[in-house]
Amino acid sequence: MTELNAAMVERYRSNFLKEVEANVEEGEWVKMCMQCGVCAGSCPLGNAWEHTPQKIFMMVRAGEREAVLNSDAMWMCTSCYNCIARCPRGLPITHIMHGLAHYAKRMGLAPKEQPTAKFAQLFWDNLVKKGRVNELKLGISLYFMNGFSEGIKTSLKMKDIGLGMLKTKRMSPMEMLGGHGVKDSAGFQKMLKKAQELEDKRISGSTD
Amino acid sequence: MAKKEYSFYPGCSSQKGASSSNYLNSVNTMCEELDITLNHIPDWNCCSASIGYAGGGELPRLALSARNIALSEEHNPGQEIVATCAACWLATRESSERLNEDNSLMAEANEALAEAGLKLKNETPIKHMVEVLIEDLGYEEIGSKVKKPLEGIKIAGYVGCQTNRPFGIAGESFENPKYLDKLVETMGADPVENYDKKVQCCGGALAFSEPDKSQNMIKGIIEAAYDGGADMIVTPCPVCQMNVEVYQDQINATHGTKFKMPVVYYSTLMSVAYGRSAKDSALDGQVIPAKQLQEIADK
Ligand code: SF4
Ligand code: SF4
Repeated sequence: MTELNAAMVERYRSNFLKEVEANVEEGEWVKMCMQCGVCAGSCPLGNAWEHTPQKIFMMVRAGEREAVLNSDAMWMCTSCYNCIARCPRGLPITHIMHGLAHYAKRMGLAPKEQPTAKFAQLFWDNLVKKGRVNELKLGISLYFMNGFSEGIKTSLKMKDIGLGMLKTKRMSPMEMLGGHGVKDSAGFQKMLKKAQELEDKRISGSTD
Repeated sequence: MAKKEYSFYPGCSSQKGASSSNYLNSVNTMCEELDITLNHIPDWNCCSASIGYAGGGELPRLALSARNIALSEEHNPGQEIVATCAACWLATRESSERLNEDNSLMAEANEALAEAGLKLKNETPIKHMVEVLIEDLGYEEIGSKVKKPLEGIKIAGYVGCQTNRPFGIAGESFENPKYLDKLVETMGADPVENYDKKVQCCGGALAFSEPDKSQNMIKGIIEAAYDGGADMIVTPCPVCQMNVEVYQDQINATHGTKFKMPVVYYSTLMSVAYGRSAKDSALDGQVIPAKQLQEIADK
């Protein structure tokens, strides 16, 4: 168990709802859910989920901390915003799902081999490096995220798509050498560092 | 009509050599014809789209968009921000709204921005290019520039998710937005009536991490277009465009289908209808060529 996770378990004891309200993006909305189930029927990948948003919100209130943070559900969200458009209580469901996913990751409880959890992390690491996404490097790290031999297989499978993109100039091998980025890299990095510090303080320093 | 000017946020996928560079090329052509000037936000950064949340918490992600808005307010003061990418538009507009609603987040965002010598006023409206076309200009204005009506082409208007929800285009419904169909008509082509996968999700970023599940959804989107007699699909979103266009061979191999459906941007349609060349309209960016548009452009 990570240190932060242990500290949070200690602080909130059995009140997971309170923990979510204090530490999860838009978490203060969870208690507004009236369990109508509209969101549950809205997710495009719904049949592949362990838990629907409705179920997740119920579990948060029931204090099922491990089960929520271990769930693969939040990582199956495609950010389609169907739920937000339909929820009669106006819950920002998409953002709560993202927030819970991020919190699970921070606590070290996100499912280990979840492909979207891995990809989403690769995406973030890629963009913070230079301030802009390098699609080529992101693609390559994606193909190889499950190890070298898997990566070769995926790359071969994706070869024709790559060639199509190359031919239409929608992919550039030059991206391998540096590629696009922000000019004020120093300022950009300092800004993100500060934002991270403030965010960390919010979570580890928040008291009930 | 008076010349219009906007502060423009192109986004990562529109950069040179990136997956929707063809989108930007055709947008530039379309804007030339419509007398719209796009002033790029200098030194803009990635908005982290809808998939940055694993590594990026709330404030770091808000800071990313805050930096873009602050740069825009500093360098292009008084100009509304316009984005062509659905994810860019959504992330930027959502961040702006969240920061307006929450004073303590706003103070923290400015504390972070100060490290880069920036300050956010957050007074700038954030629009999608489609809002500019439909709300700021209107169908009449965009129709008045048509030189070569796209006669005889049947087009399925695929709106997708993020240009539609949660914000959408004024006066349109979430379940059956009509603006893309009206735009197709305005260009002289025939929209597919009742295209029932119009707002179906394509998987978004999960097309990378959950390819099989996403390709199942993409298959439905293309099938419904064929069922409606479509010659091609048009979309306002770079994620939709890429997902629906480039996986067709893989879907054919898995499902035994024979898809070869061109997927174009509205800006490509409009550039061709405005009489511009295939190159200016970015038809050279089609992985699946849009032959009928090519013929009109070459005429
Ligand atoms: S639609 Fe809203 S109120 Fe209904 S179950 Fe989902 S989150 Fe709760
Ligand atoms: S945004 Fe996410 S949680 Fe909401 S309906 Fe779409 S997939 Fe489900």
